[in-house]
Amino acid sequence: MTSFWSIWVIVLTLACLALIFGLLIWNLKNYTGVEEGASCGHEFDGIEELNNPLPKWWTYMFFATFVWSVYYLAMYPGLGNFAGLAKWTSSNQGVKSLEESRQAVIDAKESGLWVKLDKEFEAADERFGPIFKAFAEQDVLTLAKDSDALEIGQRLYAQNCAQCHGSDARGGLGFPNLTDKDWLYGGTPDQIKETLLNGRVAAMPGWEAALGEQGVKEMTAYVLSLSGRTVNQKDADAGKAKFAMCAACHGADGTGSVALGLPFGAPDLTDNIWLYGGSKRAVEESIRHGRAGVMPAWKDILGEDKVHLLTAYVYSLSQEK
Amino acid sequence: MSNNNSTNKHEIVEKNVGLMAILTVFAISFGALVEITPLMFQDDTTKPVEGLRPLTALEMEGRDIYVREGCYNCHSQMIRPFRDEVERYGHYSVAGESVWDHPFQWGSKRTGPDLARVGGRYSDDWHYAHLIDPRSVVPESNMPGYPWLEENVLDGKLTAKKLEVFKNFGVPYTDEDIKNAQQAVQGKTEMEALIAYLQQLGTHLK
Repeated sequence: MTSFWSIWVIVLTLACLALIFGLLIWNLKNYTGVEEGASCGHEFDGIEELNNPLPKWWTYMFFATFVWSVYYLAMYPGLGNFAGLAKWTSSNQGVKSLEESRQAVIDAKESGLWVKLDKEFEAADERFGPIFKAFAEQDVLTLAKDSDALEIGQRLYAQNCAQCHGSDARGGLGFPNLTDKDWLYGGTPDQIKETLLNGRVAAMPGWEAALGEQGVKEMTAYVLSLSGRTVNQKDADAGKAKFAMCAACHGADGTGSVALGLPFGAPDLTDNIWLYGGSKRAVEESIRHGRAGVMPAWKDILGEDKVHLLTAYVYSLSQEK
Repeated sequence: MSNNNSTNKHEIVEKNVGLMAILTVFAISFGALVEITPLMFQDDTTKPVEGLRPLTALEMEGRDIYVREGCYNCHSQMIRPFRDEVERYGHYSVAGESVWDHPFQWGSKRTGPDLARVGGRYSDDWHYAHLIDPRSVVPESNMPGYPWLEENVLDGKLTAKKLEVFKNFGVPYTDEDIKNAQQAVQGKTEMEALIAYLQQLGTHLK
């Protein structure tokens, strides 16, 4: 705040307090010329106004609010740029970037400012920090067998992941099932962690323009035949002839990018697991218009330690049974 | 003390409604002069955060749909500086993020979660499924569905005007932004616009 506005706030605040105080003091005396308890000399519908003094209890409460406001303005921020003797503030408001926000936390610590939010985090770090640190030092395979770690992981999952993958982790249309052994980006602890930290963006292009109406039908027949479905064999053969354009991501045999060791998220077409539905119509839709599944990145939102525990939980989901 | 009424100052105020009005305004003006006026001249509250950019034409239309459907009745866009909120939603909201939001969509009540930093948290597909039928992805949700957003197509007739109005509020839209506004939204569904708006929320504090 510039010194002009600081002075503005201080002057007006103190002037307001002084005026109210003066008004109260002034009203404690009887200047009306009417004796205390006597009639003010007017009557409305049989109701007469008596000149009674301010109630004592009310007056004392009013004085108490003054004592409080003087104490408050001395201790807490209120008078312009004066930070208050307690050096208390709720948060580092007014930061213009995350970098400034991080710097403000450091600065506040050095200048002895008591930032309530920072203190809350400090207290939490003191209490929970060692727990997370101990877990962060263990590998995912160990944590996946640790019931405490899994319990924390489960809570994190319920809060952040269940919206898409479901509270039972079985996913839904367009959102992968995490309890099976079918992985789009690999199911090793490292691959799962990478998916959680940085997210994934799948890009299945639409093939309508390249394949044409008949081509889409043929390709649908071939793709369905890969998982053993009964299809029009003539169409399937025609589709197979064009499958080279799909093989770059799904592999020549259609077993998907994980089998190829590539991070494309191209699903295995030979199993009977369908992210976007396995009906003829759904598969046709996927081929015609493509799909673009997005897994958001959680590194900045949750931080590495929490993602580590979450990795263990997600990994454990497909290991049990 | 005399019995002369003219020395009874209370009675002067009580019997002159004009004077009483003036004194009343004087008395209550202190709060606004101290608490509101200085904020209009503070960098903290008038300067945008470093990463802020104006909403695109499509996001602007999405914002209007957000207002029209009354999303603010159940969703706030204001993360308060408490640990529980910061842990759940992300960095607390700062004033510099809403300086181009007229009127701001802070809301005042949470039936659903805060949306101040919902951008990037879910995929577009999720928002689509969730807005059509929230219970298809979150079975315990009590949010209503908004399936008509998928059917309504924007014509963009007023989009340029909206951008112009915001330019007058001090949002730095270029002439080109305004010229291309209608073209940018024409033919898009309200669903696309609303998702575009949601996906940028809270992503500018970098």
